[in-house]
Amino acid sequence: MFVSYKWLANYVDLTGISPEDLAEKLTRSGIEVEGIEKRNQGISSVVVGYVVSREKHPDADKLNVCKVDVGTEGHLQIVCGAKNVDAGQKVPVALVGAKLPGGLKIKKSKLRGVESKGMICSARELGINDKLLPKEIQEGIFVLPEELEKGQSIESILGLDDAVLELSLTPNRSDCLSMIGTAYEVGAILDREVIEPTIDIQESDESIEGKVKVSIEATDECNRYMGRLIKGVTLAPSPMWLQNLLIAAGVRPINNVVDITNYVMLETGQPLHAFDYDQVPGGNIVVRKAKTGEKIVTLDDIERELDEEMLLITNGEQPIAIAGVMGGANSEVTGDTHNILLESAQFAGSSVRKTSRKLGLRSEASLRFEKEIDFHTVQKALDRAASLLAELAGGKVARGIADAHVSTPEENWVPLRMSNLNNLLGTQLGIEEVEKIFTRLSFHYKVDGELINVHAPSRRKDITREVDLIEEVARLYGYDNIPTTLPVGLNTRGALTREQGLRRIIRDIFNAMGMDEVSTYSFTRSEIIHDFASIYKESEPISLAMPMSEERSLLRINLIPHLAETAAYNLNRKQRNISIFEIGNVFITEEKNITKLPDEKMTIAGLLAGNQAEEHWGQSNIPVDFYYVKGILEGLFTRLGIKGVSYKGAEDLKGMHPGRSAQIMIQDKKVGYIGQIHPVFAQKYDIDETYVFQLDGEQILHFATAHTGMIPLPKYPEITRDIAVVVDGGVTADELRNIIEKTAGSLLESVTIFDVYTDAKLGENKKSIAVSCSYRDLEKTLIDEEVQKVHDKVVAALAQEYGAELRA
Amino acid sequence: MRERLEQLNKEALEELCHIGNSQLVQDLRVKYLGKKGRLTEILRGMGKLSAEERPIIGQLANTVRENIEQKLEEVKVAIEKKEIEAKLQRESLDVTLPGRPIQVGNRHPLTLVIEQIEDVFLGMGFTVAEGFEVEQDYYNFEALNLPKDHPARDMQDSFYITEEILMRTHTSPVQARTMEKMEGEVPVKIICPGRVYRRDNDDATHSHVFTQIEGLMVGENVRMSDLKGVLLEFAQQMFGENAGIRLRPSFFPFTEPSAEVDVTCMCGGEGCKICKNTGWIEVLGSGMVHPRVLEMAGYDSEKYTGFAFGLGVERIAMKKYDIDDIRQFYTNDLRFLKQFNRV
Ligand SMILES: [Zn+2]
Repeated sequence: MFVSYKWLANYVDLTGISPEDLAEKLTRSGIEVEGIEKRNQGISSVVVGYVVSREKHPDADKLNVCKVDVGTEGHLQIVCGAKNVDAGQKVPVALVGAKLPGGLKIKKSKLRGVESKGMICSARELGINDKLLPKEIQEGIFVLPEELEKGQSIESILGLDDAVLELSLTPNRSDCLSMIGTAYEVGAILDREVIEPTIDIQESDESIEGKVKVSIEATDECNRYMGRLIKGVTLAPSPMWLQNLLIAAGVRPINNVVDITNYVMLETGQPLHAFDYDQVPGGNIVVRKAKTGEKIVTLDDIERELDEEMLLITNGEQPIAIAGVMGGANSEVTGDTHNILLESAQFAGSSVRKTSRKLGLRSEASLRFEKEIDFHTVQKALDRAASLLAELAGGKVARGIADAHVSTPEENWVPLRMSNLNNLLGTQLGIEEVEKIFTRLSFHYKVDGELINVHAPSRRKDITREVDLIEEVARLYGYDNIPTTLPVGLNTRGALTREQGLRRIIRDIFNAMGMDEVSTYSFTRSEIIHDFASIYKESEPISLAMPMSEERSLLRINLIPHLAETAAYNLNRKQRNISIFEIGNVFITEEKNITKLPDEKMTIAGLLAGNQAEEHWGQSNIPVDFYYVKGILEGLFTRLGIKGVSYKGAEDLKGMHPGRSAQIMIQDKKVGYIGQIHPVFAQKYDIDETYVFQLDGEQILHFATAHTGMIPLPKYPEITRDIAVVVDGGVTADELRNIIEKTAGSLLESVTIFDVYTDAKLGENKKSIAVSCSYRDLEKTLIDEEVQKVHDKVVAALAQEYGAELRA
Repeated sequence: MRERLEQLNKEALEELCHIGNSQLVQDLRVKYLGKKGRLTEILRGMGKLSAEERPIIGQLANTVRENIEQKLEEVKVAIEKKEIEAKLQRESLDVTLPGRPIQVGNRHPLTLVIEQIEDVFLGMGFTVAEGFEVEQDYYNFEALNLPKDHPARDMQDSFYITEEILMRTHTSPVQARTMEKMEGEVPVKIICPGRVYRRDNDDATHSHVFTQIEGLMVGENVRMSDLKGVLLEFAQQMFGENAGIRLRPSFFPFTEPSAEVDVTCMCGGEGCKICKNTGWIEVLGSGMVHPRVLEMAGYDSEKYTGFAFGLGVERIAMKKYDIDDIRQFYTNDLRFLKQFNRV
């Protein structure tokens, strides 16, 4: 809503309050002012001039030499390039020394040898938003009405001595979609009286009866329809003051009839529509819903197909307007119009909203209907417009109103308990203070002990219950004046849940291992959603009904594609060492079209590529490999106290290298996987050798254990024995370890694999594994013989189970 | 014998003056003072001396021994000192070469801000509640006083999946669900961080996904003045001890009275580019829980009151770290992420 300061001052005294003050006060009490625009964009010394004569420039076809009378200074010679300049016009003249927007200063000059003392201006040169002006004025100089006085300053004539406040209204404050509504708000803030315009309507002897007939068939969509007949109007441009106010409000002046309906809409918030009475046979108006397939040509000359949800104004047979949205061409006010049928009605907001959306026609009028207009303003606006049509368009207003209405809203009395007010706000306001606020708001009230019964005016439809009144009091009392306290008697313990705490620890661990946290979008696309094996049950992708783009149209079911894209993005920017993780939700469902909420699975995923460390002059680069990434997970599990983790080689994980991937099991439950991205998929994402892991967060948190106390430090020394065995290439480290642990029994403290290698000398498909076994007795010092006995058994078992040959 | 001893003394001291390494010191000790050394050799002739001469020569021999020993020690210390100096010289480094990098990763800046805010409210006795990113229309809108035909809700603004299921547009449904679960118990003191979704075109200031933290406190006699107190505490912990807050009346369907909350800018209110010279930055929406929201969650709105607030984590992070494009948070450029390596 654009509010002209000068216009507003017609209803409420703004003496001593600058537009800036007003903006600040409005914003601080709940109506946000987004901006203030000075209508004068920096002009001075521009006056009305009368073009006495116009002659062609002797040496330039496109230039005119004009003699201009500006009152005091005699006739000025001004060279002007505009096509539309002509003798007999009143035009804006920037005198020598004048300033124009953008800092332009007018000087005496010579144009192709002819002296020019000043400049005849276009609207744009005056800093006026010329989009709102007629086309012919946009293209040339701004031709002013003839009746203006020569020499008068252009600022007051064009209403440039004004400022426009742009209000950003919250949905509950549609009362401020009108100048009068805004005036009530300003009056309440400033504690000044609001003076509504007096409507002095001179009705003629001719009665409306028998000339206009109104009926409402769609009673759910239209609660009131009123019409007045104004005869003998003369269409003409509106007076300057009216045009200026419309332009200030961002509305294009058209002609006096249309301008008056717009002016009254802006003033009262009630949209009006003018029909050419002679094009409405018998003055018959029926408000009904459209029939399927029914058509209407609207004012913009477009034929529109209607459906049965849309509300129409008809002449009893054909539609003549789409209610609240746009008039029909068949009843349009034109240059030949003499008699006006003026409509003021209350249409249901939801109906207008739906129709205007469907047709893509949103206007100042539909916007106001959508927010529900005030029943009691319907007639006020009608009368106001009729009186202006009489005054400014020479019309005669027929006696009476054609009126149909369904129901009259009840008086809205809302009780307010002082105790509730002070309890909710934490204030100690006295009843007189509160009464004063309601008086400022122009709300009537009755006091009954600690109870105030407040009559909420019909323009304030947002006020329906006690708390609405409390808010009014609070904002006018000033939020700044409400004390600042801390809650009393509601002490509770603030702590993270176990899971929330663990999630922070997981981040700590990854950070400590050099991994950066990333945060990727939750939406993905069909080309990549199924690229990598899921760690959950197979999921149907969930589609958004109206995605912003194909690229982000599905809910992610896997974090790996997102991490791979992040890796590619960074590789493209020469970031070669990538070590990232994300903790985020994926959305899992078995339903093709969901009927219930999907499972939101908290997933922990990581991706590593490039070298283990940044390049350094003192060490060679070691690339990330499977075991580096596995080490990270082992560190994570250790820190989280997760026991019983095993890795099972997995050849069939989608998108993964068949020989370099493993399922991760905790106590025989699958919790995720680790591995290298399959080269084919790496190519798809344009990344190099890359390792990833993905874990079911819920399971990880489930298996995490708290620290269970200290294990006593050993009192007796250990004895270690190293063995190197040659086994078949397929024998895994876990298998060897299991045999050793099983055979050695309780004396074995730990097994460490310290060397693994393959060599042709070992034989085809053979590898050497060197293991260090550490033995200890917790009760006494071990002796060599005891250890040797056990260790011999271990060696024997290895030989028997895996044909392991002992190496020296 | 006296001459031989004096000769020995002179020779030994002279020889010791010229040696240059610690091994030679040892050799000379053996040569002069060892079991088969020259002094021993001379002293073998002691037996032939008279009883008067013996103590005199004995004393002289001791003096010679002491002299040599003392000199040996002096030379040894000097040589060792030299040798250490030489070793240190050899070992000296170019200390300006860069150190070995110890890799430490960073939290995402959004996580940093979330955890910081969580900690502020944990300190005030709030707990952290989490909910679903995919929500039912009921919890996202209806339970929050936004019935189906409410003008403030626009299908165009939300990512619907079906007519009844959508991506949550705020974390308020967590509040509705928490209250419902508590079945009228008080106090409710929660904050709800999480991702939310709006049908916006991504640009420097809009993102179709962003992070929100909402807070809710419900109990007996929870006042708007308490809301101010709690938010002031938050502002001071997040933006500095001298930060102030300013409440501006506003509108949200689920609170009344409602307020936009401005916090003193990091410039201390002096005015800067971040606050567009106003000294204030807008960071929060808040208000007293609308009685209808309490009623729908099963609370007696005559008995209980509450406040709620919500803030955008990206917005705070952008203000706090002077980040000018919201898309940075989701692009995950490592050169960006690695900047958040300080507390
Ligand atoms: Zn600042």
